[in-house]
Amino acid sequence: MSGEPLVRWDWLFAHLGPIADRVGQHIYLAGLAVGIGFAISFVLAAISIRRRRLFPAISVLATGVYTIPSFAVFPVLVVVTGLSTLSVEIPLVLYTLVLFVPNIVAGFDAVPADVLEAADGLGYTSSQRWWQVELPLAVPLVVAGLRLATVSTIGLVTVSAILGDSFGGLGYYILDGYHRTFTTEILVGGLLSIALAALADFGCVLLQRLLTPWAAARNVAR
Amino acid sequence: MDILTATAQWLTDPAHWQGTNGIPWRLLEHVALSGVSLILSGCVAMPLGLWIGHTGRFSWLVVSSANAWRALPSFAVIGLLVPFTTSIDRNLGFTLYPTVIAMIVLAGPPILVNSYQGVAGVDRDLVEAARGMGMRERQVLFGVEMPIALPVLATGVRSAAVQVIATATLGAEFGFGGLGRYLVLGEANQDNGELFGGVVLVAALALTTLALFTLLERRVVSSGLRTRTAN
Amino acid sequence: MTAPAQAGTRAASLEFRDVTKRYSAGPGTPGAVNDLSFEVPAGSICVLVGPSGCGKTTSLKMVNRLIEPSSGQILLDGVDVQTEDVTALRRRIGYVIQQVGLFPHLTIGRNVAVVPSLVGWSNQRQRARTDELLSMVGLDPDRYGDRYPSQLSGGERQRVGVARALAADPLLMLMDEPFAAVDPIVRARLQDEFLRLQRELAKTIVFVTHDIDEAIKMGDLIVVMTEGGRLAQFGPPDEILAHPASPFVAQFVGQDRGLKRLSLRTVADLGVEPLAQPGDLPVLPPATTLRDALSILLAADTRGGLAVDEAGRPRGLVTVDAIASALAADLAGAALT
Repeated sequence: MSGEPLVRWDWLFAHLGPIADRVGQHIYLAGLAVGIGFAISFVLAAISIRRRRLFPAISVLATGVYTIPSFAVFPVLVVVTGLSTLSVEIPLVLYTLVLFVPNIVAGFDAVPADVLEAADGLGYTSSQRWWQVELPLAVPLVVAGLRLATVSTIGLVTVSAILGDSFGGLGYYILDGYHRTFTTEILVGGLLSIALAALADFGCVLLQRLLTPWAAARNVAR
Repeated sequence: MDILTATAQWLTDPAHWQGTNGIPWRLLEHVALSGVSLILSGCVAMPLGLWIGHTGRFSWLVVSSANAWRALPSFAVIGLLVPFTTSIDRNLGFTLYPTVIAMIVLAGPPILVNSYQGVAGVDRDLVEAARGMGMRERQVLFGVEMPIALPVLATGVRSAAVQVIATATLGAEFGFGGLGRYLVLGEANQDNGELFGGVVLVAALALTTLALFTLLERRVVSSGLRTRTAN
Repeated sequence: MTAPAQAGTRAASLEFRDVTKRYSAGPGTPGAVNDLSFEVPAGSICVLVGPSGCGKTTSLKMVNRLIEPSSGQILLDGVDVQTEDVTALRRRIGYVIQQVGLFPHLTIGRNVAVVPSLVGWSNQRQRARTDELLSMVGLDPDRYGDRYPSQLSGGERQRVGVARALAADPLLMLMDEPFAAVDPIVRARLQDEFLRLQRELAKTIVFVTHDIDEAIKMGDLIVVMTEGGRLAQFGPPDEILAHPASPFVAQFVGQDRGLKRLSLRTVADLGVEPLAQPGDLPVLPPATTLRDALSILLAADTRGGLAVDEAGRPRGLVTVDAIASALAADLAGAALT
């Protein structure tokens, strides 16, 4: 690459449209997986809490899934379900489950027992207790899980670029740039995906601050 | 033929166990790279984490490091490194360095964070008692804090190891060998046996690593400390 | 501090009738609580006291049905609590527990207003009531109303817990070792303030404690329970101290029950001897308990102390012998004033 400038700005500005599309695709794929994953995880977590005995089994299953690298899972899914958005979304959703379920369960476990007893004694119905006491107090750990899952999913979407040109969101530019030895493209894909992940991380932190105003008040004791 | 048969056939074919594209060689590449990255990363991250935990200074470094880990897609990191490492060394910079560096970056934060948390989580009364007995700072760190911090520390190393083993497969997409090669080749050649064979090998290696480190933890951690360690 | 007089303060009577709670199914196994029966008139404090495992907390929790009795009845104002909707019942009963259980995600103000908001009071009314109650328990609403529980000390949190229990003007208050988690100095203050509050509000209160001294101090009536979940004795504190019904009660109450009884009476009720010149005698204000007076006199090693009235004017001489005679007279069966 001698003689060539590091960044070809002309290429960049000529491709702003497609780049924006890729960003959109990236957000869409990640968002869909996180959304579906969260819904399923909530159900699984609820079951784990009700039937404690199932929890170790679910944990082991989840850890097992996580040790299989996404890089391997994507092609496998393609063989099984063919090349489509589904073959990308299924592994993404599965990976979010691993991160969500333990955090949701831990979130609800973290609600102090005396708070629950007081709530019962004061006269909350069980559904009122769930919505007004347990859920707000479980939020910190649940959002921590959301943060992990969102950032990790954004990273995994880049990997899905190995499946073909129409996949991968910003990962497409990384791979394509690599194959063509085109540094600008690699930089666009790489830096933007990292930026996207960082933004999502930051967004989740803000969300947590928003949802837990009482946490900020700590350590201001007399 | 169906996938299971193809995979079984591929795995049992003796030709696949020889040569530079053979399973033993690829396995060795993979484990070697993972091991080297882990050790290099640990040599920096662990002492740093222990020191920060012991003195309490620069704890912001740990917090931001933990965040950075989560926000870095490894695929992007490896890809981004390629043009830079290639300009340093045409050959290795293309095949080896990007993956090694990315894995070092990946392994760092879990080891750093857990080393810090392990030491910082030691009951302050114990530390004071040790100091009160006349132990010097270094003795306090190595004689009291580290042994107690060991479970948390070990979990961090295990977590980093499994992550690295699993993510090193990505390197194959960017010029490295290792078990990821089979996934790349299998996909390119539409050879299901090779693809799934690779998946089986990678999964087996990852799970073995997990089991090995868990056993190691059991050995190393004093039985007096054996409680349910949270992740 | 002045709080407006509680318009329409209500209190209910409570009765336990042969209440039993059994956990295991076997026919021969004793329950956690067995055939517990006693009556608490409206407006009085009844203390359940006993060693750990005697079933006092279980009994308390059967009143608001956090635990359901296996047999027997609990009657609130004559109505069996099991016939009522459990949530409505609990909203009419104030509940205070040892660790308080303040909701960490709500401000102090919102914590206190929990039951009123559950029952549907308007925001205005909730706010007014919250301010009133916080003042009543000695916390300035402007300073504390918008704080979070994590910002308060243990003693402050206990007060908020009491305020929260009183918010909807309950018929009955249940308190499970509410002051056990704070240090002795704070505990004594909280006890005194609670007794002051009770003089104003005259609620019916069931109070659980393992501390016999707290029981004697706080209770109008005491239920002493044994390890088998049975009633060992029921009666006013002085009765239990003067005439323990069994060796168990005598031992539980302590060998110094004579002295304990002295703490139930004050110098004000004692007769005095005439005194020519006061001299250098220790001064005994009317509110001094006989127990404290005895302690002062023994320490000062004098022939007596100077009893004064509320204005500080001397009444007369109080001697150690006079105190001892008063105690003996009680033990002989004479009724208390």
